[in-house]
Amino acid sequence: MSFWEYANPKKFMGWTAPVLPYVFGAAALCLTVGLVWGFFFTPDDYRQGSTVKIIYLHVPAALMAINAWIMMLVASLIWVVRRHHVSALAARAAGPIGLVMTLIALFTGAIWGQPMWGTYWAWDPRLTSFLILFLFYLGYMAMWEAIEDPDTAADLTSVLCMVGSVFAILSRYAVNFWNQGLHQGASLSLDAEENVSDVFWIPLVICIAGFVLLFIGLVLLRTRTEIRARRIRALEARARRA
Amino acid sequence: MIALLLRDLRLAVRAGGGFGLGLAFFLIVIVLVPLGVGPQTALLTSIAPGILWVASLLAALLSLDRIFALDFEDGSLGLLATSPLPMEGAALAKALAHWITTGLPLTLAAPALGFLLSLAPEAYGYLLLSLLLGTPALSMIGTFGAALTVGLRRGGLLLSLLVLPLYVPTLIYGAEAVRRGADGQDASGALILLGVITAGCFAVLPFATAATLRINLR
Amino acid sequence: MLRVKEVTCARGGIPVLSDVSFDVAAGQALVLRGPNGIGKTTLLRTLAGLQPALSGHVDAPEDELAYASHADGIKTALSVTENLQFWADIYGNPVPDTIWEAFDLADLRMRIAGTLSAGQKRRLGLARLGVIGRKVLFLDEPTVSLDGFSVKLFAKWLQDTHLASGGIAVIATHIDLGIDAPEMDLTPFQAAPDAGGAADEAFL
Repeated sequence: MSFWEYANPKKFMGWTAPVLPYVFGAAALCLTVGLVWGFFFTPDDYRQGSTVKIIYLHVPAALMAINAWIMMLVASLIWVVRRHHVSALAARAAGPIGLVMTLIALFTGAIWGQPMWGTYWAWDPRLTSFLILFLFYLGYMAMWEAIEDPDTAADLTSVLCMVGSVFAILSRYAVNFWNQGLHQGASLSLDAEENVSDVFWIPLVICIAGFVLLFIGLVLLRTRTEIRARRIRALEARARRA
Repeated sequence: MIALLLRDLRLAVRAGGGFGLGLAFFLIVIVLVPLGVGPQTALLTSIAPGILWVASLLAALLSLDRIFALDFEDGSLGLLATSPLPMEGAALAKALAHWITTGLPLTLAAPALGFLLSLAPEAYGYLLLSLLLGTPALSMIGTFGAALTVGLRRGGLLLSLLVLPLYVPTLIYGAEAVRRGADGQDASGALILLGVITAGCFAVLPFATAATLRINLR
Repeated sequence: MLRVKEVTCARGGIPVLSDVSFDVAAGQALVLRGPNGIGKTTLLRTLAGLQPALSGHVDAPEDELAYASHADGIKTALSVTENLQFWADIYGNPVPDTIWEAFDLADLRMRIAGTLSAGQKRRLGLARLGVIGRKVLFLDEPTVSLDGFSVKLFAKWLQDTHLASGGIAVIATHIDLGIDAPEMDLTPFQAAPDAGGAADEAFL
């Protein structure tokens, strides 16, 4: 049996139903452990004090905001190349989740920024990029809502997602060119020099795992809803003709 | 392609509005800004590059939904799709026609309006050059956006929502070039990047636009 | 020679006509009949390549297809001559001198298309077919808003100019054009409500 058969709507409904509780359970476990550990059992940062603990929400949300867009791009490409309906619907399902992740990252960033930089908002390149990403999500979702025919909507949003990705990257570089910012370096990078130290690192990784699992669970759940909506639509179309 | 370009230009001139409307809008925005922020010359001088760029961007946006909507309604677009003219060529011709009817007049009018905002004298050359390099990209990106929303009843609002984020890189490099020019800094980096974006748009977006039109005509 | 083999076409993702097959020889026309909503427009658009067929294939000379409906792309701000000249340029042909007489447009050449009556506009739209020089025409209700005289004019052009020079025409119409062509009723090809191939089939 080919891997792609899991993308058949009926098959998809079948295998996701039993999997979902485990995904959400694992997500809840990771988030509980990670957040409790992070908030109560890590030392305060010598410079940033206890405000540093918002990192356990901020960094995973920011990561997922970008990863959700990448997932949408991959799903769009799969739809364009292989015409799997579930792929297009999963891309649609990921949109609002990515949007909310972007919002969480922006809000937690503002709350973190106030005590650190003395301001909730600054036109820092990273902050600005996330605001622009937010606009891209809005446009993408509005496109889905505006088009009546589902396959046309899937095609057009896929094209938009691909072109949008290129422009999002261009915007990122443009924004860097425009203003060198306040934001600290990457919290996570393979280059250990500017990484966060180990005590913060382990709970952070657990939180990130929790956000990834939560994202997967929500995408599966929303995709199931989209499939049901399409099924209702298909059945209604048949009922009208019969 | 040239036939389509000429026809669109002729239509823009005859139908009226096409040429003048964007320009008038540009003028009004430029007049409204000092009314809003106050008449202090120093303040206006410092924000003039950004305002001129944002205003020309909005003026270009104004006429985007006409690029394909009229041709879609009267069937020309469907007929063009079955003609020997490739859709990519049609997309390019449409973008060029839009640029000649909006981008070019905006570019030429911008220095005159720069006076109203007391733009720094050193910046005029950069303003002209950056708009000349940047507005074609605005037209091409807008043509792509217009193709995405062509079949929709209330596409106008959605079109703005889709197109404006795509305008970000062009706006940043364009306004930055003028600002650096006004401050007496080296603006060549921004101008080169602006040109690269425009060239990239014209290399890639005609294909995306053509694909989008084919989907919408299906 | 136009050969249509077992074409199934869909409207809004749902099959409307299935396994339509017919041949039209060069110099021949075919008239499609059927009640409103059966899918004549969908079939013509599919055959002309504007939308993909769900199955089957169309054998026709390369780059010789053209589709025309009541939305005929007339620009009301341009003159009659400019309208025709535009399409001639797009197809890389000259505007044939005979076209003005054939569609009774000789006196209207300099008029702005927006000032024409509905019937005159239709004649202009149909004259476009004589300008583009395509051999295989798919015509969707070409005679809407034409008076009897204009219908005769169009039928004469179709018969004496287009078909006589080896052209092919597939026409969906409800009236009698008065041309010598076989008729085909599409009712038997109507797709069953549960016909396969629908775009949303995977969700059932």
